[in-house]
Amino acid sequence: MRYRDTTGVSLPSNDGFLLKLELLSDPKLLSVVRGALERLTEVFGFSPPDRRSVTRAVDEALTNIMRHCYNGQTDQPIELYCRRVPPRSSELGDGLEILLCDQGPAVDPAKLRGRRLDEIKPGGLGLHFIRQSMDIVEYQRVGSANQFRLVRYLRPSTQSRTP
Amino acid sequence: MQISARHSDSTTIFDVSGDIDLANSPEIRKALLREVREKRTPRVVMNLSNVRYIDSSGVASLVEGLKASRDLNLRFILFGLSPSAREVLQLSRLLKIFEVYDNEDQALSS
Repeated sequence: MRYRDTTGVSLPSNDGFLLKLELLSDPKLLSVVRGALERLTEVFGFSPPDRRSVTRAVDEALTNIMRHCYNGQTDQPIELYCRRVPPRSSELGDGLEILLCDQGPAVDPAKLRGRRLDEIKPGGLGLHFIRQSMDIVEYQRVGSANQFRLVRYLRPSTQSRTP
Repeated sequence: MQISARHSDSTTIFDVSGDIDLANSPEIRKALLREVREKRTPRVVMNLSNVRYIDSSGVASLVEGLKASRDLNLRFILFGLSPSAREVLQLSRLLKIFEVYDNEDQALSS
């Protein structure tokens, strides 16, 4: 995961977003976001396994925000933005970029490494799932906000459709 | 998410339906650990046929159930994994760690 400290950089405007959600940090809302992402990734043209991967990554990132950035408080704000981004190489199609923003304390980049999988123990799997699912995973501190950026590109075998 | 239990001589089957995520995985964990640590049921079986989605906190609850069972030499079995649940266990390299069957008949005859 790449980390950048860009204190003072403003969040993106609403222009060009396919979807914007504002939600509270209540775990009961995770299923609502999953439902929206499942439909968006389908419309975007991802294959069924890729739809599940992207939805899982966003769900795990939101779970991390709720647990670690907000320490289980259920009334804190989270914003989610989705937009189409151009391919980064000729082998890939357009990408779906997802930005997750929260107002929790800055995240220690050292804690964003996840754990090794050669040990059978509960916990620590969320970051692993996110990295496995997404082509780009970045974190940056933007003013008083944490911003997680996830991007998954369409593969040639999947058909892209413009929503 | 809903969870209910069926009991026979030496087996408890948990029938779970809905998604398992941060909102309800503590409930799964509590039910599993009670069955294993307090009741010491020889064989605990999780029916996941109607579970469409499991997140990392749900996987962690299953791992806790498995570890508690192993500590007490009890059996912990899963069956009816959806594609999403199977993918999650594969991603976490746990699919081979669990005792997994396709359906209830296979799970109970094992």
